[in-house]
Amino acid sequence: MIPASFDYVRPTTVDEAVQALVDGGEDAKIMAGGQSFIPVLRLRMGDPSLVIDLGGIPELRGVREDGDQIVVGAMTTHHEVTRDDLLARHVALIAEATKTVADFQVRHRGTLGGALAHADPAGDLAAPTLALDAELVIVGQNGERRVPAADFFEDYFTTAIGPGEILTAIRFPKYTGWGARYEKFNRVAQAWSIVAVAATVKVDSGTITDARIGLTNMAGTPVRARAVESALVGQSMSEETVRAAAQAAAEGTSPTSDADAGSDYREHLARVLTGRAVLAAAG
Amino acid sequence: MTTTDNPPVQEIGRDRRRKEDRRLITGRTRWTDNQAITGLLHISIVRSPFAHAEIKGIDTSAAKQVPGVVGVYTAADIGADAVQLPCAWPITKDMKSPQRPALAGSRVNFAGEGVAVVVARSAAIAKDAAELVEVDYDELEPVLDMEAALADGATLVHPELGTNENAQWVFDSGEAGSGGSAAEAIAAAEKADDQVVVRRRFRQQRLVPVFMEPRSTVVDPTGEQLTMWSATQVPHILKTMLALTLGLPEHKLRVIAPDVGGGFGGKIAVAPEEVVTLLVAQKLGKPVKWTETRSESLLTAHHGRDQIQDLAVAVTKDGQIKALDVKLLADMGAYLGLVGPGVPILGAFMFNAIYKIPAYRFDCRNVFTTKTLTDAYRGAGRPEATFGIERMMDEVAVELGMEPMELRKKNWISHEEFPFTTVSTLTYDTGNYEAATEQAMTMFDYDGLRREQQQRRQRGDVKQLGIGISTFTEMCGLAPSRVLGSLDYGAGGWETSSIRMLPTGKVECVVGTSGHGQGHETAFSQIVADKLGVGFDDVEILHGDTQSSYRGLDTYGSRSLAVGGIAIVKAAEKVVEKARPIAAHMLEASEDDLEFTAGKFSVKGTDKGVGIADVALAVFAAHDMPEGVEPDIDAHATFDPENFSYPHGTHLCAVEVDTETGFVQLYKYVCVDDVGTVINPLIVEGQVHGGLAQGIAQALFEEAAYDESGTLLSGTLVDYTLPSAADLISFDTANTTTPSTTNPLGVKGVGEAGTIASTPAVVNAVLDAVRQYGVSDIDMPTTPYRVWTAINSAKGTSGRGDEADVASPGAGLGSTASDISKGDTQGGHL
Ligand SMILES: Cc1cc2nc3c(=O)[nH]c(=O)nc-3n(C[C@H](O)[C@H](O)[C@H](O)COP(=O)(O)OP(=O)(O)OC[C@H]3O[C@@H](n4cnc5c(N)ncnc54)[C@H](O)[C@@H]3O)c2cc1C
Repeated sequence: MIPASFDYVRPTTVDEAVQALVDGGEDAKIMAGGQSFIPVLRLRMGDPSLVIDLGGIPELRGVREDGDQIVVGAMTTHHEVTRDDLLARHVALIAEATKTVADFQVRHRGTLGGALAHADPAGDLAAPTLALDAELVIVGQNGERRVPAADFFEDYFTTAIGPGEILTAIRFPKYTGWGARYEKFNRVAQAWSIVAVAATVKVDSGTITDARIGLTNMAGTPVRARAVESALVGQSMSEETVRAAAQAAAEGTSPTSDADAGSDYREHLARVLTGRAVLAAAG
Repeated sequence: MTTTDNPPVQEIGRDRRRKEDRRLITGRTRWTDNQAITGLLHISIVRSPFAHAEIKGIDTSAAKQVPGVVGVYTAADIGADAVQLPCAWPITKDMKSPQRPALAGSRVNFAGEGVAVVVARSAAIAKDAAELVEVDYDELEPVLDMEAALADGATLVHPELGTNENAQWVFDSGEAGSGGSAAEAIAAAEKADDQVVVRRRFRQQRLVPVFMEPRSTVVDPTGEQLTMWSATQVPHILKTMLALTLGLPEHKLRVIAPDVGGGFGGKIAVAPEEVVTLLVAQKLGKPVKWTETRSESLLTAHHGRDQIQDLAVAVTKDGQIKALDVKLLADMGAYLGLVGPGVPILGAFMFNAIYKIPAYRFDCRNVFTTKTLTDAYRGAGRPEATFGIERMMDEVAVELGMEPMELRKKNWISHEEFPFTTVSTLTYDTGNYEAATEQAMTMFDYDGLRREQQQRRQRGDVKQLGIGISTFTEMCGLAPSRVLGSLDYGAGGWETSSIRMLPTGKVECVVGTSGHGQGHETAFSQIVADKLGVGFDDVEILHGDTQSSYRGLDTYGSRSLAVGGIAIVKAAEKVVEKARPIAAHMLEASEDDLEFTAGKFSVKGTDKGVGIADVALAVFAAHDMPEGVEPDIDAHATFDPENFSYPHGTHLCAVEVDTETGFVQLYKYVCVDDVGTVINPLIVEGQVHGGLAQGIAQALFEEAAYDESGTLLSGTLVDYTLPSAADLISFDTANTTTPSTTNPLGVKGVGEAGTIASTPAVVNAVLDAVRQYGVSDIDMPTTPYRVWTAINSAKGTSGRGDEADVASPGAGLGSTASDISKGDTQGGHL
């Protein structure tokens, strides 16, 4: 398919990008990896007059350590996230989830920032970001602000990023030594999640001492399974305790119904997959 | 004179790598869309978003203003509404056939039907302008359900036909004299103490062929001959049909199918877009191109399958089948495609499959709906039939408490009984179901897997094992012209080849088949190499251009080798016969003393000889020809088979069903196919693998679903679920070889076998895993949701009706168009 025509700029600094966005007004749009954005243009479901490509801004790319946080530039590709040593050591859950995104080609272009800004309820990276209590760094003309993940995802495809603002980085606390598992359920390997569960747990001599669980596609935004988290903490690790705790997984969710899954089935999957994810994370 | 010192190795049976792959894989070939002609214009077709609507008016004024637009035409402007696109298979004398225009004039009958066309200097401009064409529609009631469409008072797709029924086609073995009356046998079985009647309803969902290369057409009207390039499987049929349909002089037309990227039946068509492109090119006197987008392809290229099957089997309690009754409803969609109405009828000959069934009745009603039309899709009619009977065999086995393979053995034709004339009047020439089955059972470790299944059941494992069987045969190698004639098909089934001997000893072999990814150039070169004793690399296969290959019936129905390959053999034999007197003259010997082996004529009992290349050169010079012999050893042959070919095989599938989630994972897949003589084992294996992927995909993944307003929900590849290699497993394939006796190579078709056989094997396996929970059927595709619902519903059946009838339409628009997508709770994902 052929998109409608648009102007294109490729700034080299965040400031230039913000300026272009402000100058461009309503019809200016950011492009990161283009893996969601370009299909939208090609299907003519969006026709921005100006496309601002963030691909030329080196400061937006890469993973670094900053005290007790790991900072991931918004333009860091999925592929880089899956290969990064710092993330593997301290924030394994995001790397695990990223491995399940699409295919090699898409992972080489798509970015963590793009995926989070896109905020597709079936996207795989929002739930781990929420579970991990990350902070999202947003830059506008008035400078930088940091938004906790719990406040960042507002609705379907809607985030706290305001007009004229750009997501520049994601700051994850360290979860060194925690087990992690992203349990994704879909019909074919390279498809979006019908439901998925992001779980990371800390186990000390057979007892679960801490747990973070996020759910994908169980509402318009990612959902934190807090009831399960608190049911798990302090319990000794066993299949029974985990499965019992997982029964609370669908609490507070509002999943949709479509041809792949009714809402009741999604709720059921959330319970089953939460059990499996926690067991695998702890194991 | 040179002679060949090292006779070439036997090519037939060698696993040659495909000679065409270098240009295909490196992207160096020119597909239709790559044709670049000076002054080329591009079109974009404006399509109806409604399934059924009156067109009240079309405003093209804004579109015409766009710089770069050359013209914007409605149907009437180019005469597209008056066209009657051809249906070549009127299955009954009184079949109801609506006019199928190239663009809709006053009424649209499916979502996606073209209503106007924009011509511009670039494809992008054409698309921009097409968005500006304003069409005023008055919506009509859509017609979506086949049974409702046949009920009294139903809304009519085509009111002028007075009915939604296209035709009813019946075969009754009692009436035909090939068996008893199924109705009587079933009635008797109902009363008998020692018999049961098993009745089931199965659905064949709608599928989209999803060929890799989207359709594309370029028409250049500027030469003496109007030239059409098209991504088609049927350049010859297309040419003749364009002449007949549009009243064009046939000798002023040339159709070229360059390399074509797959078809699976989806490119057997005279497409409305091909005609529109031609009409626009003629109107403007300029070359014009149309290339579809993937969404256009999914929406408007013909779909496949879509049947409701009501089957009844009468069987003795010890497993002897007495009768089979088949009632079908087949969805034609809004119009009749080139062979659309005949597709379900091909199944009439295959429901009895490999079994000796004494009484058989087949009754098919073709129905019009306001959906995209259906037509041939890999297997065409035979997968539907094979699914019906092989699912039924498992159902009967369950009813009788018999091992499903034992039931099959009890009823199949044994190898001593060939040739065997079936209850549906076909004569199967050869086959050995016992041998293929035995080999498959061993490779599969059938007994071992049954034990494992039992253990998992006893342990109550979350992942339960299911085992499914499909012992299939099919009729292919379309087809004896005589049989096609008796089925009221509009053309014959012969195939043609010409062999041109070049002065340097190289060979051009022109074929009437039109390969589009199968590897014909390789397999056919192997045949020519053996028959003429020339090198594999010294043969060029020419196809797909009606100027070089003026005679042919193209590629479908696994016919290219079984029919076209034999024409090549016949042409090669003629070359040798024409060369013989010249060789004798050159050797100063008598023709009777010559023998031809490995490319060389030699005088029996001597070492004197000349190669076929020497003769080719001598003919080129023509300085010294024998008296009365023309200086030409080229030859042309046409082969019309006497019978179909009947590949068969045994497919065994094991699946793991996750009983907590409903997810089905393939566990083991074994198939032993008998496709007769194998020309190239590598290509045969590739055809089987691809066929399996498509057949398995019908069982587990694919479905073209419509919503209640007649909108296609699976309109992108995000919503139409295709498997990739990651979703399949490594298949264990093997062959038994029972050469066909109806052709000199002993070959049978292999193009469709995997697709035909595999679907019921997979579904039988899924059901075998979950029957223990009271599940008796699950509609295809057996998605995790359907499997889970079936396990959990008290009644034990599932499928349509117990799920929300929505796919994920629209798309995730993100911040690009969040105003539209916000609150759209069914957003798809991009
Ligand atoms: C075939 C295919 C399969 C896929 N499968 C999956 C899957 O299984 N799981 C999954 O999670 N995802 C999947 N994706 C989506 C993929 O992860 C995308 O990479 C991601 O959704 C968007 O990232 P991007 O960098 O490509 O962003 P883009 O497509 O460039 O942008 C997406 C949106 O975010 C906005 N945006 C991007 N960056 C910023 C920024 N820094 N600040 C503000 N706004 C910004 C853009 O304006 C745009 O609206 C798939 C994509 C494809 C093409």
